Amino acid sequence: MVMEISCEEVWREVSNYLDDEITPELRARMREHFKGCKHCTAVLDGTRNVVQLVGDAKSFELPAGFSDRLYQKLDRKLSKDSQL
Amino acid sequence: MHGAQLSPEDTKASTKRGNVKRVAQLDPTQGHEILEMGAPPGSLATTSAVLTKRQGAASEAELIERVLRGDDEAFRELVHPCEHAVFMATQVILNNEADAEDAAQEAVLKAFTNLAKFRGDSKFSTWLIRIATNEALMRLRKQRHQKLHDSFDEQREGEEGDYVPRDFADWREIPSEALQTEELRQALSQALASLTPKHREVFVLRDVQHFTIEETAKLLGIGKSAVKTRLLRARLQMRDALAPGMDGSWSTGRRDYEQVRPW
Repeated sequence: MVMEISCEEVWREVSNYLDDEITPELRARMREHFKGCKHCTAVLDGTRNVVQLVGDAKSFELPAGFSDRLYQKLDRKLSKDSQL
Repeated sequence: MHGAQLSPEDTKASTKRGNVKRVAQLDPTQGHEILEMGAPPGSLATTSAVLTKRQGAASEAELIERVLRGDDEAFRELVHPCEHAVFMATQVILNNEADAEDAAQEAVLKAFTNLAKFRGDSKFSTWLIRIATNEALMRLRKQRHQKLHDSFDEQREGEEGDYVPRDFADWREIPSEALQTEELRQALSQALASLTPKHREVFVLRDVQHFTIEETAKLLGIGKSAVKTRLLRARLQMRDALAPGMDGSWSTGRRDYEQVRPW
């Protein structure tokens, strides 16, 4: 039988739960809480989705022509340096 | 934390993200590992071994040597695999494409000028991303100083109490049709902009750039517990900003998402 945990405590630890930065004991208590609390489950799912979403490189794109402009700038610097 | 039992609902996130020495592949087509910190100083041999995984590609150490001997083309080869990560590092902090591109370019030029100072105790990409992050943070701080009336930010900077989720909109799945849409990018960008700079930088390093908590703490010169506290707030705030639209309301224009509050 695990000790109960409040919603507030769960919110404080939800990020550490995802990162596995909590003790197995707290993990078990939280898991038990999620079973019976749809609000906290929604917070957990949503937070996990945020992490997955922003971790997906496809969510951020390089602007068109980024590489070209970068190397043009680099070339300009290189030719300036070589003139010194 | 190692070997902890994972419930089925955990594995989705954990297997994807791992938590120890996660190697971020920001662009899978590059087949190039972006992060691998923690090699002992001077262990260039080990680092090169990891780096030469890409068949036929010159090792990082070799490329750096060539650049230092005056082979400018080798520098392009060194930078090319990290372009995306460098831009992301500046974009997510500055939240403005033109500024971010400028900062990214500046970071690459600085890396070139200071390459002789690179010690090889981290990967070149890590070092370059750190330069880019610093460049972006410096510009962000400058911008904030210019905004004399930016008291909103300052006021929120002071909040260190518990962050309470604003609503409990159910967001079980990321709708696949929402991925890679312009709306999603805009929503993300707005949500990121809603974070204070100090929460944004932690969130970006950890969740966008996939640095570990320890690496994030090192990069920012703060403690691990501060990273965790800021990360929690940032993630919850991002969820609050994104969840209400995630059931499709921002892609369909519908605004009647389910708002559930326990009080």
